[in-house]
Amino acid sequence: MKVLYFAWLRTKIGCAEEEISLPENVKTVADVLDLLRTKGDAYVEALGEDKVIRVAVNQDYAPLDHPVKQGDEFAIFPPVTGG
Amino acid sequence: MIRVQAENFDVGAEINALSEGNTAIGGICSFVGLVRDFQHTKDDDTRVSAMTLEHYPGMTEKKLAEIEEIARQRWPLEDVLIIHRYGRMEAGENIVLVVTASAHRKAAFESAEFLMDYLKTKAPFWKLEEDDQGQGKWVDARDADDHALTKWEKSQL
Repeated sequence: MKVLYFAWLRTKIGCAEEEISLPENVKTVADVLDLLRTKGDAYVEALGEDKVIRVAVNQDYAPLDHPVKQGDEFAIFPPVTGG
Repeated sequence: MIRVQAENFDVGAEINALSEGNTAIGGICSFVGLVRDFQHTKDDDTRVSAMTLEHYPGMTEKKLAEIEEIARQRWPLEDVLIIHRYGRMEAGENIVLVVTASAHRKAAFESAEFLMDYLKTKAPFWKLEEDDQGQGKWVDARDADDHALTKWEKSQL
């Protein structure tokens, strides 16, 4: 699955995009966030409970219980500030 | 129509192009968002000399197209144009343009405000402000923007 990071999440994690493979037991947005938090301190910090983040799956906003599968485009970013 | 681009835009030329040849249009409303040279914080104002707009290519176009579609279903619009820039912009430069055209002014006014409120909370753009020392700071989302959106959801009932 392709994971994309934007704005301060990109700078904190240190990359804009990476490819991860999903273990069998990873079925929802919340599961993916848990998996990413095992990848190191920068991930734990960026995806901490105190951080307000948004997730999009295949370019639509997705809640924590939204299902995910290999091949999805998974994006993590802060609340938007355009306009 | 939506456009996501790095280049600046000419407001007058865009409005002329939109209205040309469509004599059913009785009124056009436009909103232009600019890079402001200050950011109001709790304690005082900080100077902003420039900002960089980051966006999510693909999702940005998708969300803007959805927003345009919702507005067209809700108001009798002859035409809609949304231009949003990305990249680095200096204070005073254009960031965003929304133009709505209708037979009557009410639909044009209301839909332009609706489009801006929706765009500010749904379109995946992020502002990185630079102060006069060149220090960058990601802008926090404002609760007021979410509240502005709630107004439209309530009035949908």
